[in-house]
Amino acid sequence: MPWRRISLLVVFLIAVVALLGRALDMQILHSEFFQRQGNARQLRVVSIPAYRGQIVDRNGEPFAVSTPVNSIWLNPGEVISDMHRIPELAKILSIDAKALYKKITAQQTREFMYLKRQASPELASKVMALEIPGLALQDEYRRYYPAGEVAAHVIGFADVDDNGQEGIELAFNDWLKGEPGKKRVIRDRLGRVFDDVEHIRPVEPGKPVVLSLDRRLQYLTYRTLKAAVIKHNAIAGSAVVLDVKSGEVLAMVNQPSFNVNDRSQMSPESARNRAVTDVFEPGSTMKPLTMAAALDSGIWTPTTKVNTSPGYMKVQGNMIRDHRNYGELDLGGVIEKSSNVGISKIVLAVDADVQWGMYQNLGLGADTGSGFPGEAIGRLSVSALNNDFERATMAFGYGVSVTPMQLARAYGALAADGIIRPVSFLHNEQVVEGERVMRVETARAVRKMMQSVVSEEGTGIRAQVANYSVAGKTGTVHKFISGGYAEERYLSIFAGMVPAGSPELVMVVMIDEPRNGEHFGGEVAAPVFSQVMAGAMRLLDVAPDLISEKQLIMKPNMKSKLVAKKGENV
Amino acid sequence: MMNRTQVFEVSYNSRLASALRVIHIEPVLFLGILLLTVAGLGILYSASDSSIVMVKAQLIRLGLAFLVMLVVAQIPQSQLYLWSPWFFALGIVLLVLVLTAGDVGKGAQRWLDLYVVKFQPSEMMKLITPMMLAWYLSERPLPPTAKSLLISALLVVVPTVLIAAQPDLGTSILVAAAGFFVVFLAGLRWRVLLGIILAGLAFIPVLWRMMHDYQKQRVLTLLNPESDPLGSGYHIIQSKIAIGSGGLYGKGWLNGTQSQLDFIPERHTDFIFAVFAEEFGMMGAIVLLALYVFIILRGLYIATNAQDSFGRLLAGSLSLTFFFYLFVNVGMVSGILPVVGVPLPLVSYGGTSMVTLMAGFGMLMSISSNRRLLSR
Repeated sequence: MPWRRISLLVVFLIAVVALLGRALDMQILHSEFFQRQGNARQLRVVSIPAYRGQIVDRNGEPFAVSTPVNSIWLNPGEVISDMHRIPELAKILSIDAKALYKKITAQQTREFMYLKRQASPELASKVMALEIPGLALQDEYRRYYPAGEVAAHVIGFADVDDNGQEGIELAFNDWLKGEPGKKRVIRDRLGRVFDDVEHIRPVEPGKPVVLSLDRRLQYLTYRTLKAAVIKHNAIAGSAVVLDVKSGEVLAMVNQPSFNVNDRSQMSPESARNRAVTDVFEPGSTMKPLTMAAALDSGIWTPTTKVNTSPGYMKVQGNMIRDHRNYGELDLGGVIEKSSNVGISKIVLAVDADVQWGMYQNLGLGADTGSGFPGEAIGRLSVSALNNDFERATMAFGYGVSVTPMQLARAYGALAADGIIRPVSFLHNEQVVEGERVMRVETARAVRKMMQSVVSEEGTGIRAQVANYSVAGKTGTVHKFISGGYAEERYLSIFAGMVPAGSPELVMVVMIDEPRNGEHFGGEVAAPVFSQVMAGAMRLLDVAPDLISEKQLIMKPNMKSKLVAKKGENV
Repeated sequence: MMNRTQVFEVSYNSRLASALRVIHIEPVLFLGILLLTVAGLGILYSASDSSIVMVKAQLIRLGLAFLVMLVVAQIPQSQLYLWSPWFFALGIVLLVLVLTAGDVGKGAQRWLDLYVVKFQPSEMMKLITPMMLAWYLSERPLPPTAKSLLISALLVVVPTVLIAAQPDLGTSILVAAAGFFVVFLAGLRWRVLLGIILAGLAFIPVLWRMMHDYQKQRVLTLLNPESDPLGSGYHIIQSKIAIGSGGLYGKGWLNGTQSQLDFIPERHTDFIFAVFAEEFGMMGAIVLLALYVFIILRGLYIATNAQDSFGRLLAGSLSLTFFFYLFVNVGMVSGILPVVGVPLPLVSYGGTSMVTLMAGFGMLMSISSNRRLLSR
C-alpha cells in the first residue's frame, strides 16, 4: 500500500480513537460525576403542603375551608437569561414590566422568588404556557371563608402561608395547621415536576375544628345587628348569644366588620372582635347582678320595700339620681323602674364583701375561659370596697367594666339557676360542669324581676318575643370620654334570656353611640334582642311557654274574612 | 488466495445486490446508509418527545434524499467531470447574490429566494468545491506543483470566505475541509502540509478579529464552559452531563433524563448525539461510530478503486468530509470543539444537509459504477 494511503488511514484511526477515548473518559471514567451533576439539576426536594383543617359550625356547616391553588415562583438567575420575555410575562400578570425586571434583577443570586401567590388555575396555566425556563408552580392551599364578614371576627383568618393570624384560626393554629410533608421529585428544565421519586416525610393534614357557633343563628344575629347599627347611625355594635346549659357561644357578631376573603380594606376598627376585646361600663344591666348579691345575702327578700323618695340621695357628699321620684318600690320595682337610688340603698345595706364576692363569682374582671386571642378581662376594682359611693355606683354599673361576652356569661348564671360556666367556642357534646354562685331561689327571683322589665310597664317592652316569656334588663350608659362622662353620647345595652322560666339562650346586645335620636337601651338594643330571639326560638325548636290570650284571639281582619266566606255559603 | 476485493465481491454477490447494481446503487454503501438512517429515526423519536409527526416529516425528507441519491447515481462520472467548472462558476455567482440580495434569517444571510423555493447555495458548495478541485488537479501532474497548489488554495478560499461572510461558520469549515481533502489526496507533501498548518495558526488572530461576537463567545465558552453556566456554556454542560451520565449501557431508549426532561438544547437537531449517548451509553456510541466508520471505509474503498484521478479524488474527499462532519458534531456535543452548528450527518432532524449528503453518496455510487462499467 502506498505511503500516502497508510498515513491517511493512520490519521483517520487516530481521529476515531480520539472520539472513542472521549467516550471512555466521559461515560466510564467520569460517569458518576456526570450522573451527580445531572441529579443535581433534575432532582429537587419539595415540600408537600399540609391541608389546613376545616372550621365548621356545630352542624358541620363550613366557616373556613382550604382549596388547592397554585403559586407561581421563579428562579431569578435562570429567568434573567431570558429577560427579553419579561414583558410578556408582566402583561399576563398585569403588572409593570420594569418593576418586575427590577425585582428579578435584585434577587438574581437567589434560586427562589415568588412571582404570584395563590394564582387561579387559569392564570397559572397561562403563565406556564409561556414556557419561560426557570418558572414553576407550587401546590398550595388557599383559605376561603364562606361566611365572609358575618363571622370574620370569630373565625379570624390565616395568612398566605396558612398561619393563623386572628380569632379561632390563631387560637387553634397548631391543631388546624398539620405538618407539611417532603418528597423528592424529578423536574424538567422549566422546573415543572415530572415525576415523584420518593416520599421523605408524609404529610400530616391539619385536623378540623367544630365550633359551638350555629351558622344560621350567626347570620340572623349579624343581619339584625347590622340593620340596627345602620338605622341608628351608630359607631359600632356587638351581640353575643350563649347556650345557657353548656356555656357555648352560639353567635357572636360585631359591627363594623370586614371582608375576610379580601383583606385589603381591613382596618383596625373593623378587625376587632369587640364582643371579646372591648370593655364598656354595663350601667343598669349591672343591677340584676347586684340584686342577686342582695337576695343571696338573706338580708333582702323580693317583697321588701325600699323608699326611693325624693328621687335622689347623697352618699358621701355625692349625688345619686333617678329619672324621677318613684316613691316606695319593692325589689322587683327597683329593677323594673331601674332606680339608681333604690339599688344603692339595697346594696349599701349588704356587706361590701358580699357585693364584691358576687361580682367576682359571676366572672367580672376575670377570664371567661374561652381561650379567644386578645380577650379583655375588664375592671373590677378592689378599692371600691372601702368607699360607699363607689359601691353604690358599681351597683348600677359605673366604675366597673366588662366585655359583652363577660356580661352574657354572668347573665348565663342567672339563667342557669345560679350555676356559672366557662364560655366555650368549641362544640361540647356533654353538659359542662359549672360552679354554683348563688342559691336557686335567688336566680329565679331575679329572673322574675327581669321579666317585669320586659312588660308593658317596664323599660324593655320592645324586647318581647311573641309566645315566649323574656327576662332581661336595659342599659343606657353615658360614654366615658377622657376623664368624664359625655352628656350626649351613649351606649345602648340590652341583656336578657328566653324563655324566662327555664332559659335556653342568653343574649347581650351593645350598640355604641346611636346618633339618630333614639338612644335608650330599650329603644335601640332591645328590638335587636327581640328579633334575634324570635328567630332563634324557631330555629332551635324551643317550645313556647307563653301563649297569651292576645295571641289566641283571632285578628279582626281574619275574622271578617271567615264571616264573609260563611256569608257566601248561606 | 483471494485478495481483499474478492472477499467483498463474494460476500454480497446476491441477486438483490446485482439488481441494485443495475440501477447504479452500490449495495454495501447503501446498506450502511440505510442502517444509519433507520437508527437515526429511532433516536429522533426519542429526541422529539415521541413525536410521530416529526418522525414522519423526517421520513419524507429521507425519501426525497434517497431519490436525489438515486438520480445523481445515474449521472455518468464523465458528466460530473464536464459540469464541474460550470457548477463552480454558477455557485460562486449565487454566493455573491446571496450576500447582496439574500434573505436574512436568524441573523445570517444564507437563503436565496427563488420565488418557488428558498434555496441555500452554500449547501451545494459542499459538493461543488471538491468537484472543482478534483477537476482542476486531475488535469495536472501529481503531486501538484507549487503553482497549481496556489490556484487550488484560491479555489478553496473564495467559496469559504464567501460563506463565512454570510456568516455561516459551520458550512464554511465543511467546504474548506472538502476542498482541502482533495488537495491532500492529490499528494500534498508533508512539508507543505506543515507549512499550511503553521500558516493557519498564524492566521488565527486575524480570524479572531473577523469573527462575530457570538462566535468568539462560543470559542471562549469551549475553553471554560463553567465561566458562563447559564449562558452559552449551558448547552455544552447539559450535553456533557447527558453523555457522561449515560455510562456503559445507557439509561435505555426514551429513558434519558437529560433528554426527556428537556435539559439538552436543540436535542433533535445539532445535539441529537447527546440524546443517543445518554440513552444507549458507550456501547451504543461504539455501535453508531462503527456504522459511520463502515460507511467511510466503504467510501474510501470506492475511491481506491476509482478508474481515474478525478473519481479517486472526489470519492476520497466526499468520504473524508463525511467523517469530518461526524467528528465536528460529536466533538462539539462532547465539548472538545466549539459549538459551530454542524448537524450529525444523516441523523439530525432537518432536510437541507440531508439532501446534500445523499447527493454526495449518489456521486460516490456514480464513481463506483463507472469503474464497473469500464471493467465490464
